[in-house]
Amino acid sequence: MVSLLCCGPKMAACGLVLSAWGVVMLVLLGIFFNVHSAVLIEDVPFTEEDFKGGPERIYRLYEQVSYNCFIAAGLYALLGGFSLFQSRLNKRKEYMVR
Amino acid sequence: MGSLFRSEEVCLAQLFLQSASAYSCISELGERGLLEFRDLNPKVSPFQRRFVGEVRRCEEMEKTFTFLQQELRAAGRLPAPCPESPRAPAAREALRVQEQSEQLAQELREVSRSRSSLRDRLRDLRQHLHVLREGQRFTSLPVGPGVPAGLGREPILDPSLHHHLDRKINFVAGVIHPWRVTAFERLLWRACRGYLVASFVEMPEPMEDPATGESITWVIFLISYWGEQIGQKIRKISNCFHCQVYGYPESEASRTEAITRLHGQIQELSTLEETEKYLAEVLDKVAQVLPTWRVQVQKMKAIYLVLNQCSFDVTKKCLIAEVWCPVRDLTQVQDALRQGSVSGSCFVQRVPTTESPPTLIRTNKFTAGFQSIVDAYGVASYQEVNPAPYAIITFPFIFAIMFGDVGHGLLMFLFALWMVLYEDSPRLRQGTNEIWLTFFEGRYLILLMGAFSIYTGFIYNECFSKATAIFPSAWSVATMANHSSWSSAYLATHPSLTLDPNVTGVFQGPYPFGIDPIWSLATNHLNFLNSFKMKMSVVLGIVHMGFGVMLGVFNHVHFQQRHRLVLEFLPEMIFLLALFGYLVFLIFYKWIKFSAADSRVAPSILIHFIDMFLFTSNAENLPLYPGQVPVQMVLVVLALASVPVLLLGTPLYQWCRQRAPRTVRPRAHDFAEIFMHQAIHTIEYCLGCVSNTASYLRLWALSLAHAQLSEVLWSMVMRNGFVGLSYVGGVVLVPVFAAFAVLTVAILLVMEGLSAFLHALRLHWVEFQNKFYVGAGYKLCPFAFAPDTWE
Repeated sequence: MVSLLCCGPKMAACGLVLSAWGVVMLVLLGIFFNVHSAVLIEDVPFTEEDFKGGPERIYRLYEQVSYNCFIAAGLYALLGGFSLFQSRLNKRKEYMVR
Repeated sequence: MGSLFRSEEVCLAQLFLQSASAYSCISELGERGLLEFRDLNPKVSPFQRRFVGEVRRCEEMEKTFTFLQQELRAAGRLPAPCPESPRAPAAREALRVQEQSEQLAQELREVSRSRSSLRDRLRDLRQHLHVLREGQRFTSLPVGPGVPAGLGREPILDPSLHHHLDRKINFVAGVIHPWRVTAFERLLWRACRGYLVASFVEMPEPMEDPATGESITWVIFLISYWGEQIGQKIRKISNCFHCQVYGYPESEASRTEAITRLHGQIQELSTLEETEKYLAEVLDKVAQVLPTWRVQVQKMKAIYLVLNQCSFDVTKKCLIAEVWCPVRDLTQVQDALRQGSVSGSCFVQRVPTTESPPTLIRTNKFTAGFQSIVDAYGVASYQEVNPAPYAIITFPFIFAIMFGDVGHGLLMFLFALWMVLYEDSPRLRQGTNEIWLTFFEGRYLILLMGAFSIYTGFIYNECFSKATAIFPSAWSVATMANHSSWSSAYLATHPSLTLDPNVTGVFQGPYPFGIDPIWSLATNHLNFLNSFKMKMSVVLGIVHMGFGVMLGVFNHVHFQQRHRLVLEFLPEMIFLLALFGYLVFLIFYKWIKFSAADSRVAPSILIHFIDMFLFTSNAENLPLYPGQVPVQMVLVVLALASVPVLLLGTPLYQWCRQRAPRTVRPRAHDFAEIFMHQAIHTIEYCLGCVSNTASYLRLWALSLAHAQLSEVLWSMVMRNGFVGLSYVGGVVLVPVFAAFAVLTVAILLVMEGLSAFLHALRLHWVEFQNKFYVGAGYKLCPFAFAPDTWE
């Protein structure tokens, strides 16, 4: 059976840290986009037409971006799980060599 | 902890050690690590000292230990680290250690030698065996007429030819390195002009090369020739090529006999296994005892080196050692001497001295980091006030002012928290990377720096360059829009709109904590923030420097120089406060007294400050308060008057004291030197006040740089992740965020963090410490047994 271990211990740890940070930050960003925070207006990809006819279109844009953030957070959670799995394999390999 | 304020009292003491118990007393003192020994024989060369014989013996033992260590390493074993620190051995035990170690080394040498010779012999026999076996292929008689074609070769030389040629065919057989085969063949052909037949075949199994130790597939050659001269040539050539030549008997029967004989000899070499086992046993024994011996001999050598520094008193038959001892530990030293000596005959006696003792400041794992950054600039002079306890708070705070960002501060804080929580783990402690060790030593520093950065991040209202609207913003755009009745035409032609705070309802009061989040959307964000940060930097700088001048009071009082309180401290404070303290007052007064209503006619502090020095006035610049001009004139005159007091006060005072005959110790003062020193100090202080105040503006500059870098990183990297509106955008966001994270850590945390650290350090070392700190001392290095650092 081909070895499932593809990352070393340091890369697995980096992946874990990055994923944890990614999940937390992207979830928070998603929540803030969902609440239509004014501070994040520059990050919403609006065009000139979106400003006509009330704030509804801008709000829909906000929500779209927030769903993207949640998707990315979910992908980072998967990446985190994979990194955790790799680090467990590394630990097991370390014990078995001795 | 009381000694963190200023260094401890250290006295010079003399130890009287009886010759018999000197060794054990020093061993006891070394275990406790209290005293610094002074060398009483500085002019004596190391070879003429008293205990040079013992030191030499220790070094010989260390040589033996190194040999044993090398053997262990060659066999691939690691000695176990010493669990607890053994004490230095007494003379008898040291002798035993020496004998045992030498015996073990001797055994090891013999066993290794016999093992290597046995292996050589075995290899030789096996090579010979292979040569004979393979050679059979070329020279054996054919089995019958129906030789199957699969057997391959015919015998190269048909023995039946013997009779026809009437010459004797001889053989040279041996083994050659595979890389030399072609050259060998060519040379043979050229040299012997074809009067030979050479055949080469590879050995079936690879064997070790004795020189390099690597496994090589040797090539067996068999050369058949006729003629004596050719034979000699062939042998000479094979000699040049470093071939191993073996005898090749001509007849079939003698060959088979030789093969069986070799088989028998190989079987006899079963003693090789026993040798290997014995070697393993010896190595085990060595691995067990070596670490303890090493530490013991290290301690012994250290003790003898210290004993070499003592002087021998012939009359009293005792060794006298001169030590720097902290006064607080004198009883402990007496205790140690009593424990070490046989009859309690060793004692310690304090000795008065005019030399400046070394500085000792006891720290724990938390304060050690801050003390080390103070010591890096200069160790405190004896009993001078120590800037470290204040640096515990001011250093992280000044760092945080330059670094303020909630997100970055949180990352830094979590990193340091991980290091602090796992600080006892051996994996972290035994890192060999120097940079990692530097970060690990400063983990408490980084922890505080991160915590303070979170605080200043909330004040600047920046989190990864985005403002957080924890409280609702105090500015109302709706009110302004209603008041100005902005029409669509107006909005189309004016890209930027002004929110006027003078209109009622637009500005509802100051934000409860920090900077209003609406500023992050304003185009004149930097105009507002620059003014705020510059004034903040100047205020903090003057407060920091004033605090530094006040710390000097403690030094003046402690060193019994009360005249300096009136002649130096007072003029310095007046100069600083009259000019720059007044500037701080102006800043706060303007912040409090003037509001948006009089923003058109608000006076400029800068113009007022310049006019104050030039004694002029500007008609357009309204005064801040009535009577400002006379007040400023008085302050300037006061400041200028304090300069000559600072310049001449202390020298004149000391000159008067020298003239009056009541001084107990009439020192030959060099008045010119004192005056020169004071003049330098005055100029440095006065010019320094101005330039150092300006130097604190780096707090503004670096915080601006950090904010801008942060914003650029967000808008140029992270924003690209939000551009995609379909659900694919979510997948694109993953690598974009990864890039953002890596760049944040690399640029904003590491680079900006190091930069802010450096500037905060500089502000402490130069601007703060040159108001009161001399830093010309040296550290007390007590004699203690350091942990084993050989690995």
